[in-house]
Amino acid sequence: MKRNSFHSVALATVAVCALFSHSAIAEELSIMASGGAWQDAQRKAWFEPFSKETGIKIVEQEYLGDLGKVKAMVDTGNVPIDLVTVETATVLQGCDAGILEPLDYSKIADQSKFIEGSALKCGVGLDAYGDILAYDPNVLKEAPTSVLDIFDTTKFPGKRAMRRFPAQNLEWALMADGVPADQVYEVLGTPEGVDRAFKKLDTIKSDIVWWDAGAQPAQLLASKEVVMTTAWNGRIQNAIDTDSKPFKIVWDGQILEYDMISIPKGAKNPELAYKYLAYISKPENNAKLASHITYGPVRTDATEFVAADALPKLPNAPEHMNSYLVADTEFWGDYGEDLVKRFNAWLAQ
Amino acid sequence: MDQGQFITAPNAADTRSVAAAIRRSQARERLRSFALAMPLLTLLLLSFGIPIAILLSRAVYDPTIANALPLTGAAMQSWSGNGIPEDKTLEALAADLKASQQNGNLSEFAKGLNARLPGARSHILKTARALDKEGVADTVSVIKSMPFWTSPGTWATIVRGRHALTSFYLLSAVDLRWNADGSIERVPPEQAIFLRVFARTFLMAATVTLATLVLGFPLAYLISSVPKTLGAILIVAVLLPFWTSILVRTAAWTVLLQKFGLVNDVLLWLGVTGTRLDLMYSRLGLVIAMTHIQLPFTLLPIYSVMRTIQPSQMRAAYSLGGRPLTSFLRVYLPQVVPGIMAGCLLTFILCLGYYITPALIGGAGDQLISNFIANYVNVELNWEMAAALSFILLVFTMGLYAVFARMLGLDRLKPV
Repeated sequence: MKRNSFHSVALATVAVCALFSHSAIAEELSIMASGGAWQDAQRKAWFEPFSKETGIKIVEQEYLGDLGKVKAMVDTGNVPIDLVTVETATVLQGCDAGILEPLDYSKIADQSKFIEGSALKCGVGLDAYGDILAYDPNVLKEAPTSVLDIFDTTKFPGKRAMRRFPAQNLEWALMADGVPADQVYEVLGTPEGVDRAFKKLDTIKSDIVWWDAGAQPAQLLASKEVVMTTAWNGRIQNAIDTDSKPFKIVWDGQILEYDMISIPKGAKNPELAYKYLAYISKPENNAKLASHITYGPVRTDATEFVAADALPKLPNAPEHMNSYLVADTEFWGDYGEDLVKRFNAWLAQ
Repeated sequence: MDQGQFITAPNAADTRSVAAAIRRSQARERLRSFALAMPLLTLLLLSFGIPIAILLSRAVYDPTIANALPLTGAAMQSWSGNGIPEDKTLEALAADLKASQQNGNLSEFAKGLNARLPGARSHILKTARALDKEGVADTVSVIKSMPFWTSPGTWATIVRGRHALTSFYLLSAVDLRWNADGSIERVPPEQAIFLRVFARTFLMAATVTLATLVLGFPLAYLISSVPKTLGAILIVAVLLPFWTSILVRTAAWTVLLQKFGLVNDVLLWLGVTGTRLDLMYSRLGLVIAMTHIQLPFTLLPIYSVMRTIQPSQMRAAYSLGGRPLTSFLRVYLPQVVPGIMAGCLLTFILCLGYYITPALIGGAGDQLISNFIANYVNVELNWEMAAALSFILLVFTMGLYAVFARMLGLDRLKPV
């Protein structure tokens, strides 16, 4: 009997607590990001300080970056998230499909203060990252000097890993075939250019291992499955810094891109979402992420706030900008669907 | 004649009415068991039948283009269908494009048309931008100035796309398409993809089924013929990996099969190969992993049949002068066939839906149809195409099942 009365007291306490906590509930903002080292960095740089400053609790979720999940939420009218991190090409796709909300920049920040292409209609930039080449100097005796060396199978024999996606690979293929960086998208916009890019990829097709998730390149290098791999610079740097891997990054020929954050259509707390977007878009806050993962700020006036020891590792550090290409998101918005289809058919052949 | 009459007149010689009465009483029995199964059937219908039907209906129902072009559609009624429509249709098109842009449907329309006519998307967005400029009065000449709108192929696509009921996605799923003059043709080779993937999926399923049978049959025979305790231990050994999730087992195979993994180490140490083999991201690695995962599904039905066969039957066959092989083929094997069929059918059909193992262990050329369906659902957001591929897979699977059932007699599966 004593046990029973204890139970009922406990139950009553819980019920009362629940009542009180519900009436005094903190405001909650739900953010879905693509996990891994990158989400950890966002937590340290932005989620926790933001909660401290505003008292708004941040609820985190993870996903693979596939818009299908967001589409399912929007289509069924049950949108439990307020913000979602996405890639630039995906922002355009989601914007066109009406899954992502067009943003009101008067509530965020001055749009002209962002690096060109990092403040879009449906997504605001979080950071700039580089698509780079990584290798293990213990395996490759001779060091590659450019990302384009991935096409040189005589000098660097062995398997190499590339992302299972046409973007970047087609650009690199054209550049390796002799197209100057400033003409890449012009050439890729023609059927002959597309044929030319796939023809170049054909030359190394049998040596390619394809990766999907951002964490895979470091694993493929670590298990010596491949001798070199394309990757997002922060993931490789993370493996070097925290897992003490001996990897090296080749910056020449890198492609610069932006990570973005968007509000899904039908989000329950758009005002809180805007508050968060305004917070992270302040130059001093935008620069903070670089201390936790080596991705650079997207605001032109944020560089001065980047911690001195983080700066040299960023993709847009001056010494990494000898030869690079800025990804043309509009090109991929227009041609992405057709090229993905062609790429998948090419893979399956 | 009703039941009451039957009871009061038991001596009636009308055997046909007796048969009818038996049927009636059995019907009541059947109705009762049906009523008992009703909750399950309802659940199946609600959670399985209806969602699948709704999803599959997406493969043939796509009103995007019809919704985006109401005025154009009306203006096109009087058009002969040859060449380019008259000016009033073009004017209506301009109005439709403007309206779509204002209510935010333009890009969905562009995407819908782009799926049918590659490259259409950028032309549509460009046209809308041009029409949106201030002071454009002559919308018809704006549209006429764009080669895209004066090409007959564009209009043929729009005419077909205006029907909400469309065969486009189903045709695409088998590498076919409508051409400009209204007949069905094969898509160009650089776009052809799905027939190859379907063939690969069925080939993979057949290979894995055969491999599990070759490995599973002797093992099942061994387990059923050893003493009970040893048999129980062996069964646990077979089932143990069955209790771990498929993802864990797949991940374990990536550790074993990788270039500097255990399998390569052992092969090198034994001197079987001189260089390290590429087992990961290859067809061979995929067959190995899938065979391991599917082995219990093939083995258990075979084992359950073998257990019921008395050893005395084989002894009787020997005593009647049968050689071991003849006795096995004439006495033992025919009794095991239902188990073999049940096991193989289970494995084959499960293999058709494999997704996670090909994604992790297979190379780019080893992806099965489920990987493509997942890609259309998750990445490309083209659920119509995903539905069409699912539909074709379902049809192929059911067709194969029917052939299988007819050839080997499905009723033989019953004893299991």
